[in-house]
Amino acid sequence: MMSDVKPRIRLPRSAKAGQAAEVKTLVSHVMETGLRKDADGNTIPRMIINRFTCEYGGEMVIDMALEGAISANPYVEFDIMVSDATDVVFTWYEDGGAVYTETQQLSVG
Amino acid sequence: ITLLPISVHAAADDAIAAYTGGASVTEGGVMITAPEIAENGNTVPISVEAPGAEEIAIYADGNPTPGVAVFKFGPAAGSHRASTRIRLGGTQDVVAVAKMPDGSFQQAAVEVKVTIGGCGG
Repeated sequence: MMSDVKPRIRLPRSAKAGQAAEVKTLVSHVMETGLRKDADGNTIPRMIINRFTCEYGGEMVIDMALEGAISANPYVEFDIMVSDATDVVFTWYEDGGAVYTETQQLSVG
Repeated sequence: ITLLPISVHAAADDAIAAYTGGASVTEGGVMITAPEIAENGNTVPISVEAPGAEEIAIYADGNPTPGVAVFKFGPAAGSHRASTRIRLGGTQDVVAVAKMPDGSFQQAAVEVKVTIGGCGG
């Protein structure tokens, strides 16, 4: 598990039911590709966020599979279809099984 | 004009064939947006959109491994678009393949010229 994994999320200040709302997410992570070598010539093992999901009101918004070709500090932008639900759950899955979850409230007005 | 050897693209073709299960892929139906020139291959902004698509997969045909990401859109998705930032080891084509609800596949490609490669090898 990496010690410095920190999610940052931007939801719209307010959203209207029936409309799309743009979500921006970024999680601090080195995304070590497994292709690099250290100073001694040993391959540095792969350690990436390999999956990211966003659920809204208990339904899947987006389920993303990530490879080593995703940049460090993975940034993902997408849209939620706003209903009357407020809970937005973001989950990042790391190689080795660590899981990072963040829940935020969408203000539906 | 530099002609790349076929083997450079074969890995991406194989990866796309594995994704589609060998189904034929038609051109169009997907929009892929990326900068024409990326000064830093470590972080290249890219957006994909395919109205109605269940999934969109992204491949970089000149990277050591061609797979980049697969977006699956769920019932609470507000659109069939997504943006992220990717690593490109050099100038190459980036390909988006959309899986449509009827089981068909559509694709589009865009060339990105990379000044400094992003695979740190």
